[in-house]
Amino acid sequence: MLPHLDSAHNLARWLVGNEQDAEDAVQDSYLRALTYFDSFHGEDGRAWLLAIVRHTCYAQLRKKVQHGLQHSEALAASLELEMVEDHSPDPEALALRNSSRIAIERALAQLPPEFREALVLREMEGMSYREIARITDVPVGTVMSRLARGRKRLQDMLTAKVRKETT
Amino acid sequence: MNCREVEPLLGAYLDGELDLLHSLDIEAHLGRCELCAKSLEELRQTGFAVSAAPRYRASKQLRARLVHPASEQRRVFAPVNLRWAAVAAGFLLAAVTVWKFVPPPDQATGRMERSVVDNHVRSLLANHLLDVQSADRQTIQPWFSGKLDYAPEVEDISAHGFRLLGGRLDYLEGRPVAALVYQRAQHVVNVFVWPATGQPDRPAQAHSVEGYQVVGWRAKGMNWWAVSDLSPASLEEMPLCPCFMPPHPALQARNLRNIIRPASD
Ligand SMILES: [Zn+2]
Ligand SMILES: [Zn+2]
Repeated sequence: MLPHLDSAHNLARWLVGNEQDAEDAVQDSYLRALTYFDSFHGEDGRAWLLAIVRHTCYAQLRKKVQHGLQHSEALAASLELEMVEDHSPDPEALALRNSSRIAIERALAQLPPEFREALVLREMEGMSYREIARITDVPVGTVMSRLARGRKRLQDMLTAKVRKETT
Repeated sequence: MNCREVEPLLGAYLDGELDLLHSLDIEAHLGRCELCAKSLEELRQTGFAVSAAPRYRASKQLRARLVHPASEQRRVFAPVNLRWAAVAAGFLLAAVTVWKFVPPPDQATGRMERSVVDNHVRSLLANHLLDVQSADRQTIQPWFSGKLDYAPEVEDISAHGFRLLGGRLDYLEGRPVAALVYQRAQHVVNVFVWPATGQPDRPAQAHSVEGYQVVGWRAKGMNWWAVSDLSPASLEEMPLCPCFMPPHPALQARNLRNIIRPASD
């Protein structure tokens, strides 16, 4: 009976970058959601919850940045630790589709959070621009440009990676 | 459209978020421009790439933590599981309550509301809000009569806080319609107008669709649909048609009906 928990967890995990912090953020968010449920007036329940999760994650990140930890660096570093040598043959080296999973994960982790969250909500949660706008509290047009810029950067990172690997 | 106009819209095109007109323009352009076709393919591959990244599902431990929080929390949030059941039910209840007290729009109306919201969002997305930019209704009305087989009545309601920005040609119900564009504070209001051939007048009905307010009515032989992300109360102050003064009862206490996704977890 925990509504939208997977979506909430996935967003948190991609925003804060590790399992422990993600679970803390989700737990905070759900307790908060219980407390403020009275202020929920029958709008889209998933968007309402995810907006709380996002807010909690950003608060957590802000605290970390104050402690001198640059988030995306930390996130990328943690992925580096987990990174296994990836020697999968890659015949169409330039095909983004064949970028290794690790490379994609790292590239996504290195994106600024506002691009990353838009991509996660769009590509993994299959949300419409309108829903994303509601969760991230920006106009729909901003969602469109964030997605466009996020995809562009991701592409640049992935193709640069591929080029480096092949030379 | 040229490459410079097409490029920033390719993502929205791929996501199916663009209006028909722009989609057709883009398709036409893609047919003759290899560069943009290549960009689109790359975008598509990037999408595949992202969806290959892991979607982190909640662990069993997290689920357990939420349902049985640490003992000192348990005292405060005693029957957490029950409370979650209440929240999940609340999402449903919100839908059910509204279902009960606000007659849901019939299928055709619901579909129309959706199209109206889609057109509104797209007008803002594709930077195609205005075909004719003027605060002067004497300019806008003749502009429309040159493009359509009717001329919508354009009202100056700036005294009520709605500034006229201009007009645009749009499509609804498979026909070209006039879109009058107003602005209040930072909010854009699209008002779609087209002839209601032989249909009787109909009082205003307001609904909230995915966070947008939609009001439709039929008067003076025309269909009128106003849409905005203004609060229902503010949209209600838009004195476009007689039923807005005094506020139509249909417009009051009406921010509920919406698309609720029942809790699936
Ligand atoms: Zn082109
Ligand atoms: Zn009326």
